[in-house]
Amino acid sequence: MSTPGAYYIPSKATWPVLATAGLVILLAGFANYLNGASIGPTMMIVGFVMFILMLTGWFALQASESESGMYSAQVGISFRMGMMWFIFSEVMFFAVFFGTLWYTRNLSVPWLGGEGIGAATKELLWPSFDAVWPTNGPGHLGGKIVDGKPSGEFESMSAWGLPFLNTLILLSSGVTVTWAHHGLLAQHRGQLIKGLIATVALGFLFVICQAIEYHEAYTEMGLTLGSGIYGSTFFMLTGFHGFHVCVGAIILSVVLFRSSIGHFKPENHFAFEAAAWYWHFVDVVWLGLFIFVYIL
Amino acid sequence: MSAVVAEHDDHHDDHDHGPQKGLLRWIITTNHKDIGTLYLLFALAMFFIGGIMALVIRAELFEPGLQFVEPQFFNSMTTMHALVMVFGAVMPAFVGLANWMIPMMIGAPDMALPRMNNMSFWLLVAGVLLLASTLFMEGGAPAAGWTLYPPLVLQTGKALPFAIFSVHLLGISSIMGAINIIATIFNMRAPGMTLMKMPLFVWTWLITAFLLIAVMPVFAGAVTMLLTDRFFETSFFDAAGGGDPVLYQHIFWFFGHPEVYIMILPTFGVASTIIPVFARKPLFGYSSMVYATASIAFLSFIVWAHHMFTVGMPIAGELYFMYATMLIAIPTGVKVFNWTATMWKGSMTFETPMLFAIAFVVLFTMGGFTGLMMSIAPSDFQYHDTYFIVAHFHYVLVPSSVFILMAAGYFWLPKWTGHMYNEKIGQLHFWMSVISVNILFFPQHFLGLAGMPRRIPDYAIQFADWNMVSSIGGFIFGVSQLLFLYIVIDTIRGGTGEKVSDEVWEDAHKHGLEWTLPSPAPYHTFTTPPDVIPTEHQ
Ligand code: HEM
Ligand SMILES: [Cu+2]
Repeated sequence: MSTPGAYYIPSKATWPVLATAGLVILLAGFANYLNGASIGPTMMIVGFVMFILMLTGWFALQASESESGMYSAQVGISFRMGMMWFIFSEVMFFAVFFGTLWYTRNLSVPWLGGEGIGAATKELLWPSFDAVWPTNGPGHLGGKIVDGKPSGEFESMSAWGLPFLNTLILLSSGVTVTWAHHGLLAQHRGQLIKGLIATVALGFLFVICQAIEYHEAYTEMGLTLGSGIYGSTFFMLTGFHGFHVCVGAIILSVVLFRSSIGHFKPENHFAFEAAAWYWHFVDVVWLGLFIFVYIL
Repeated sequence: MSAVVAEHDDHHDDHDHGPQKGLLRWIITTNHKDIGTLYLLFALAMFFIGGIMALVIRAELFEPGLQFVEPQFFNSMTTMHALVMVFGAVMPAFVGLANWMIPMMIGAPDMALPRMNNMSFWLLVAGVLLLASTLFMEGGAPAAGWTLYPPLVLQTGKALPFAIFSVHLLGISSIMGAINIIATIFNMRAPGMTLMKMPLFVWTWLITAFLLIAVMPVFAGAVTMLLTDRFFETSFFDAAGGGDPVLYQHIFWFFGHPEVYIMILPTFGVASTIIPVFARKPLFGYSSMVYATASIAFLSFIVWAHHMFTVGMPIAGELYFMYATMLIAIPTGVKVFNWTATMWKGSMTFETPMLFAIAFVVLFTMGGFTGLMMSIAPSDFQYHDTYFIVAHFHYVLVPSSVFILMAAGYFWLPKWTGHMYNEKIGQLHFWMSVISVNILFFPQHFLGLAGMPRRIPDYAIQFADWNMVSSIGGFIFGVSQLLFLYIVIDTIRGGTGEKVSDEVWEDAHKHGLEWTLPSPAPYHTFTTPPDVIPTEHQ
């Protein structure tokens, strides 16, 4: 089937079904854990390890096939389209949480405060609720622990400390990954590798800064997942973004490893491009977060 | 649409591998036909499992009072019936058809991303198994309706996280399948197969795949927030923390309304494929069909809150969603008109696939009309959450999507297997189905207008007669489907024994590339791209 020019169709695939098994064990384990069943964590570990091993095997196979020239240009286009549409699905996933933020800030919180259709509700249920953002709702949920009990008081996250630093970090990582791409195209392997090292390093630096920020939020500011809708949207958006940064940095590390053993040519480097697109996507989401979650 | 000068198959067995031997073949396969078969068989199995749940519902509702099941279990049945049918039967069946037919229709060797194709099937199985496992859990399966509205759904027992993760798996599966379909259609068409020469089935799937990628992540996001609300203290849907349960409804229906079009657009595509063949005329208004499909898809994103007229939206919202929803009737009308015009003065014959397709055109139109009635916001206050809704969406799903799936089975089984199905039993199956489906669902309109709420195990005495009629229809419909099961098995095992030609149906080769392939279609479709020669059609 590997006639030159022909579209490569693998005759069989063992990795996908095993990856599925890993994923379903992981998720069933997580569900068991949430239900308080003791088997949960074990299942999670087994499923996670299986999933990672399978992905490794699958990607290693793809990489070796790619390097041995089995993929025609047309196959490359399929891969690129796949990646683009995958990123689109991720955009829609984040859109849900951005939409949630918009809806609560502009509609549901004002309604709770008595605007529009909420007038009667406010009078009857929460006459003293003051609808200003940030809020943890009329129930004053969560907040700093005082005398072992949540006080309902929390601070919101300011944009100009660590978050601003993180913006600079991510923006520069976008530059370094482009620089690495230029190196790849010009066949300057040194530049490619240096650019990737810088990008991965900046990525992990971002994650570390965010971890510090979260730690501060939980221990000092009374800002947790439980502090009402502000805490919920804040952690959901930044948390999922941070998770994507981790994934992106891991993908870039794999690309870095492959670059260091001589993979990729100027005309054939889908994995690099996919990783770079993903990274830019993560970058753009962060800009959205910085504006809508931190600044506004 | 286009005919072909075919020279495939001759050089078939050079160094080409046929299927693997044994059971393993089906597990590790990357072949679009194998995967299509898996999807179709899985969907058929789920159709019967979901059907049994429906019969539990209809048995309980046969008479007023509680007869057979606990109310909680009854609610689990309505919830699980819907989830199984939507995510386990109808959607996978259409993905199966896409897998089988799209490469054959556009002259491609296979799907663009074969390994991912395999994974999307197994993720589907995993997701449905996870969902089914909730039936046996403490607290029972989810019982808050397939829409999983909070706060009610948050009272689910141990099943909740399993159901949520099952939605995630099904979502990933659908997204992977959709990405594959888009990449195949954009990247694998034979030379000369321009976009506006693609068969409508391919067009409708292209647009459906786009809808899937756009909205499955939205559903995933919504259930993720349910998960965190229940287990991680967030308050997305809890007013005490500043959230809003109505927000869930908005997000759900932003997914949910396109979702119903995910089930109906491929239906339109198959109908547009079958009707011209038996009318012996090219499809009337090909390009208007394409544009109508695209407009329906676009509109489907901006009408979602017609499911929420009674929830207490600002009046501007009510009005906007009312008018926007009514707009959908226009492109839908274009389609119905085009199918009718295709049949107009055609030399029609009425083989089983055509019978189902004609029934689809008529009965779908009825479902569309009730939709239009409900789109009028003030009227919907009366209809909402009654059996009228149940009648509406069953008309657009059962005698529409499901009938067209049956039609597709009869239409393509000879191509897939090389055997002819038994026409007599096929006709019997059709008449039993079309009569019983109306006995089953038509009275539900009356029940709804008279005020019978949906999702209840018991009801007031004045609803007794029509419920009994409906249940009788339901049981006849259920039993009739065993005929379909018989026909599928029988056809796979040899059918009538008659040798089917490559084109199967008279002059079918004028209507699409798939009919130029041998019957049964070879394991690898077009190892070299076919020449696409547009016919004088259009
Ligand atoms: C002319 C086109 C259509 C219009 C105007 C329309 C309108 C509506 C409206 C207004 C509702 C909400 C009723 C209520 O809950 O009070 C509804 C419900 C529904 N429709 Fe349609 N519809 C159309 C076509 C379709 C199609 C093609 C499908 C599926 C293939 C579909 C499936 C459903 C389903 C499943 C529900 C009920 C959802 C639930 O509450 O569980 N509809 N439709
Ligand atoms: Cu709708």
